[in-house]
Amino acid sequence: MDDNLEDLYQEIILSHNKRPRNEGILDPHDSEAEGYNPLCGDRLQVYVKLAGPTIQAVQFTGQGCAISRASASIMTEVVKGMDEHSLDAKIAEVMELLTAKEEPMIDPLELGELAALLGVRKFPARVKCATLAWHTLAAALKQSGSITTE
Amino acid sequence: MPSFDPVAIRSDFPILSREVGGKPLVYLDNSATTQKPLSVIDALSRFFSHENANIHRGVHYLSREATNAYEGAREYVKAQIRVPDTHEMIFVRGATEGMNLAAHCLASRVSEGDEIVLTIMEHHANIVPWQVLAAKTGAVLRFARLRDNGELDLDEWKSLFSARTRIAAFTQVSNVLGTVNPVVEMVAFAKEREVLTLVDGAQALPHGSVDLTEIGSDFYAFSGHKIFAPDGIGGLCAPREILDSAPPYQTGGDMIEKVTTEGTTYRKSPERFEAGTPNISGAVGLAAAFRYLEGIDRAAAAAYEESLAVHAAEELVKIPGIRIFGTAPGKAAIVSFHYSAAHPHDVGTILDTEGVAIRVGHHCAQPLMDYLGVPATARASFAFYNNESDVEAFLRAMRKVERYFG
Ligand SMILES: Cc1ncc(COP(=O)(O)O)c(C=O)c1O
Repeated sequence: MDDNLEDLYQEIILSHNKRPRNEGILDPHDSEAEGYNPLCGDRLQVYVKLAGPTIQAVQFTGQGCAISRASASIMTEVVKGMDEHSLDAKIAEVMELLTAKEEPMIDPLELGELAALLGVRKFPARVKCATLAWHTLAAALKQSGSITTE
Repeated sequence: MPSFDPVAIRSDFPILSREVGGKPLVYLDNSATTQKPLSVIDALSRFFSHENANIHRGVHYLSREATNAYEGAREYVKAQIRVPDTHEMIFVRGATEGMNLAAHCLASRVSEGDEIVLTIMEHHANIVPWQVLAAKTGAVLRFARLRDNGELDLDEWKSLFSARTRIAAFTQVSNVLGTVNPVVEMVAFAKEREVLTLVDGAQALPHGSVDLTEIGSDFYAFSGHKIFAPDGIGGLCAPREILDSAPPYQTGGDMIEKVTTEGTTYRKSPERFEAGTPNISGAVGLAAAFRYLEGIDRAAAAAYEESLAVHAAEELVKIPGIRIFGTAPGKAAIVSFHYSAAHPHDVGTILDTEGVAIRVGHHCAQPLMDYLGVPATARASFAFYNNESDVEAFLRAMRKVERYFG
């Protein structure tokens, strides 16, 4: 159990939780969305600035657990330069990462800091915490307003 | 003679000896649901092995026996909580259905501009049915606030009453703060103003015996699963006069008097509100739980579990960044807290790896969370079968949280 816990709360996760990158309202922004996890009552706002079809900057605000904050923080750096299509592909990859039964066959180097989220796999109850920011960003891009994890 | 032996009592609850994830189970989620004593488990097994049949309809021996078991359970439970003669107890799924049924029965007594007084510490089950009623009738809800220690501000609550107040609904014990409300005084105040009262007893019965004759409320709702009985059974106690003049809730078998092609007349309560085959085994299990509690000195048990909660809280606040919600005098054995360094979900996950089961989240009390200014809390809730080593395991696990996040 403790090994799993060490994997979940790796230094990278804890440090992103404590000092998230790109936290705060992005001013100005082209689009925003709110994500809501009804299970725990956490709310997360994601703000996007676009340059044409590509993401120029993403920031977030809101309350959340270490997993959701770290995931949001890492996301804000990973998605820069992506368009809606490549973001969808990235989200699919993150979902695979978080829910795969077997150790995913992905090169950790290629994953970068996202690899820190691999530990969530052993805690199925926490997967929604890790995906909230990503789904909220996708909603912001699609301008669909608000989403929930349910 | 009822007695209480905190050591012996643990062997009444088989689940307490199991392990979770390789660690002994430390069950501190008793406000969510309680564990079941062997006597309740055996009563269910005995019912299904010997007495099971449908009730109120068979002429055969077994059906008579099952009917006696079901109606006997009702009478026994009513006597245990001293339901007044003017009242009846409807078997419901639990406190949630009880509150919904109460709101249903009161719908015709509320009209536009009437007021319903609630408190900000209510469980969603004692808020949403009234919101629905208000939306249907045009009634208005008023929420009473709390003092800093989580006590109801009684003066403010009283000041919410006006000539338009029709209903006051409040919990006896808060599932988040542990606050015990002065329900006898509150009911008396409302009664003087001819305001109907509902007391949510879901968290009161687990921590002591209750006397509905003394409380005097019109409605009282509770859940069996929170008092060592099975889930899916509970009670709503209400005046016969209100019940029998209310329209039916669900319709079907057992609740009808006469059905013709022209229409139907309905039976009086309790059958009026128990359409279809009810939770017969649940009623038997509920009676068994009350029979189990009858053998326990509830005052001694409550003092014991409170001492565990007090010890846990005293040690907990030594961790820098811990804030405890609800410190009212005489509060029930519930410790809700927030840790500034870690979100409640992270606390819950780490505690779980030590076998410690607590509840994290909004506890179905989002208006209270908003009022307290937190999205969620962590909550350790105690029952009389917990012990000092549970408290120690909890505190050890909290220090592990501190190692990760502090
Ligand atoms: C104060 C209070 N009221 C009502 C309820 C609802 O009870 P149930 O879910 O058993 O219907 C609960 C359960 O958590 C509660 O704590």
